[in-house]
Amino acid sequence: MSESPALALVVERLSKRFGGALALHNVDFAVRRGEVHGLLGSNGSGKSTLIKILAGFHTPEPGGRISVFGRELALPVHAENAKAMGLAFVHQNLALIPSLSLTENFRLTRFATEPNWRISWRREHEAVAQALRRYNLDLDPRAPVSSLSAAEQALFAIVRAVEDLAGADSARGKLLILDEPTPFLPAVGVEQLFQLVRAIVAEGASVVFVSHDIDEVMEITDRATILRDGALVDVLETKRATASEFVERIVGRAVKPFHVHRLASGRPQPAARVEGALAARLGPVSLEVGKGEILGLTGLIGSGFDRLCAALYGAERASAGRLIVDQTDAFDLAALDPPAVLAAGVVYLPADRLRAAGVGALPVADNVLLPVLGAMRRGLGLDKARMARTAHELGAAYDVKPNAPSLPLAALSGGNQQKALIGKWLQTKPKLILLDEPTQGVDVGARQQVFAALDAASLAGAGVVVASTDFEQLAQICHRVLVFARGQIVAELTGAQVAKETIAECCYHSMTRIA
Amino acid sequence: MNRRAPDDLAAYEQRIASLEAKLRELEANLSVRAATARRFDLKNIAEEYGLLGAWALLVLGFGLFAPTMLTWPPYAAMFGLNAIIVVLTLALIVPLTAGDFDLSVASTLTLSAMLVAILNVKAGLPIAAAVLIALGVGALVGAINAFFILYFRIHSLIVTLGVGYFLNGVVLWVSNSAVVFGVSLTPLIKLVFSTKLLGVALQFWYALILTIVLWYVFEYTAAGRRLLFVGRGREVARLSGVKVERVRAISLIVSGLIAAFAGVLYTGMRGSADPSSGLSFLLPAFAAAFLGSTAISPGRFNAWGAFVAVYFLSTGILGLNFLGADSFVQNLFYGGGLVIAVAISQLVRKRQAMD
Repeated sequence: MSESPALALVVERLSKRFGGALALHNVDFAVRRGEVHGLLGSNGSGKSTLIKILAGFHTPEPGGRISVFGRELALPVHAENAKAMGLAFVHQNLALIPSLSLTENFRLTRFATEPNWRISWRREHEAVAQALRRYNLDLDPRAPVSSLSAAEQALFAIVRAVEDLAGADSARGKLLILDEPTPFLPAVGVEQLFQLVRAIVAEGASVVFVSHDIDEVMEITDRATILRDGALVDVLETKRATASEFVERIVGRAVKPFHVHRLASGRPQPAARVEGALAARLGPVSLEVGKGEILGLTGLIGSGFDRLCAALYGAERASAGRLIVDQTDAFDLAALDPPAVLAAGVVYLPADRLRAAGVGALPVADNVLLPVLGAMRRGLGLDKARMARTAHELGAAYDVKPNAPSLPLAALSGGNQQKALIGKWLQTKPKLILLDEPTQGVDVGARQQVFAALDAASLAGAGVVVASTDFEQLAQICHRVLVFARGQIVAELTGAQVAKETIAECCYHSMTRIA
Repeated sequence: MNRRAPDDLAAYEQRIASLEAKLRELEANLSVRAATARRFDLKNIAEEYGLLGAWALLVLGFGLFAPTMLTWPPYAAMFGLNAIIVVLTLALIVPLTAGDFDLSVASTLTLSAMLVAILNVKAGLPIAAAVLIALGVGALVGAINAFFILYFRIHSLIVTLGVGYFLNGVVLWVSNSAVVFGVSLTPLIKLVFSTKLLGVALQFWYALILTIVLWYVFEYTAAGRRLLFVGRGREVARLSGVKVERVRAISLIVSGLIAAFAGVLYTGMRGSADPSSGLSFLLPAFAAAFLGSTAISPGRFNAWGAFVAVYFLSTGILGLNFLGADSFVQNLFYGGGLVIAVAISQLVRKRQAMD
């Protein structure tokens, strides 16, 4: 490819390997000068890996090339080099310090890295206010960042990133990379953000807009690159493409399906009912899960679907709502403690396996027997022989390999850890099973076994709730799927609608549904 | 088409099935071997019994220069005198296992020692009543620690540091900063110090019994398991239905209680109580707790490890004293011991996969 000055960023043959897995495979990516370029893909598609290589967090495999405004960028990327060549990043967490003032945040890098004998605060405040006003932001530079709304914080972070480039040797051009800036913003905030992006482009900069949301990409971008499973799928001209063309390219084709049991006709007895669950960025939400039913919860990042399971178990405190288990036990979600719901037959498997679900340094046996220690008593102590037997039987039943209960949990592969931890809960014969991303970091084979275990548990009469962003997995195991957006349920999919494409469609269009 | 084809196919399938069965069997064998191999791994044995071995080497080494180090009497005396540090170390490892520091144990010890003396000598209470009250006050100190740590969510290091210092003030106040004599007339001294079994004062045997009790609780009871999970993965424990706050509160109360027991032994041993000397036990107890966590059950605070560590450290000091070193070697030994022990335990943890 020639280094025509019309190109702001050229990435060629970029690959990245994590252990055995290729996260990025020979990806090409080009951004024209003065365009807004979308970068789309589902979880695990490689888009965040690509951004992290550009930002210097990851070292790419040798063989790739990156050039910025016609000049070669040395690999691995050093953050200062990238900045000197005109690259600026705004990541989802914005990198703001809430307790410091706007000015202090604005000048963070400069104050931190340049020698300063004396800071003239009056002058600094004025300069910052001026910079903000140029982008139609009327904010008080003396106020702490925490006093800004979520949308204002995002806008502020973007202006800061652009202005940070002003001093650098970036006369050749500026390229701003926005890494999923919108999921936590209200619809109005998204609109303001788009205006700001347009203003920045009008000044001659280029923008890369990373997002999950097809509607947003179609509104703001000129072209969009789509990644899937670490490879480049297509580059689309946004004006000429339809939404369904985007969905098709993001989702791809199905692999080997897993078949769960069919629900008996007629409405099943409810295993649990949720009334008005309200937590940060979620709700109020009401729903019901039947006995023998596998219910999927999904949505884009920030839609709140991923907080419901934790709230129903008391893992994270909700601010209001009720959970009724088996039509008899009612719990106030605002005062919920895990031991209480656990006693009523509710179990929860968090997504963070080695921080919240199990202790890696302790043996598998200790980990899986923790909830049933009370039943292992003999006299004053524990029945060690029975514990060893139970742990071994559990490992065999859930096909944990190697089935060696005395090994530390961390010595098992991710898939086998998950099988053991699912066994830990299913042995208690729960009535309601809550799972967050149960197959994250689980290989394909173990995945099918996890599905089979959940299927068996639901067949035995438990209600199962699976929160996941893996549409394919949801389509395979769920009888019904609820799609969330901005904290609310926006779609309920049943029967033949529980298909990957339909779920994806609902998720990616959730923004317009709300607006 | 060949009519025999279905037969052949069936035969093939059978063979494949039998091969698969064999493979599964081999896999199972392998996994069991992988699990048991750990137990006979030389490195693990070295880790578990390394401290005991080092202790033996220390004894022999000193024996070369000071032959009395190879006879029983100095050890009999040392075992008795350092039993208090064993008890105090045991008090420490209970909250340490649950992930909380208790820096107030030495102050609780001093307070309890002083209370026994004052209540008995000055207030004229029977010695049994004085001991019971002292133990109750120890548990109360633990409860106060627990209240501030759990209710206000303050780090245990800060709370117990402050409470400990506060208790030091209380001790100086109630004792008028003076030594309280006169407990020697009571049966306490007989029950603690002057009666010997196998030439070793009874207090050593109390420490030994307490070690066995704590070892049993840690290893063989549901409470011990829960304590361990609370320390290693608080969130995991909470989400598994363990009442984390209750476990932490109880561990701090038990710590106060055991520390108060150490105080009772201290007064029983000396027949008097002074307002400050007990405070110097804090560092030896920490050094022993961390050094002990590198032995017997490497990577975990454990009762036998603590027991061995106390006597390993005091043997070193005893030997150096025999060789004519000054009393400052105590500080060198315990202070250096603490830092080195923590460094070693860090290495052990790294070897034990991750935390």
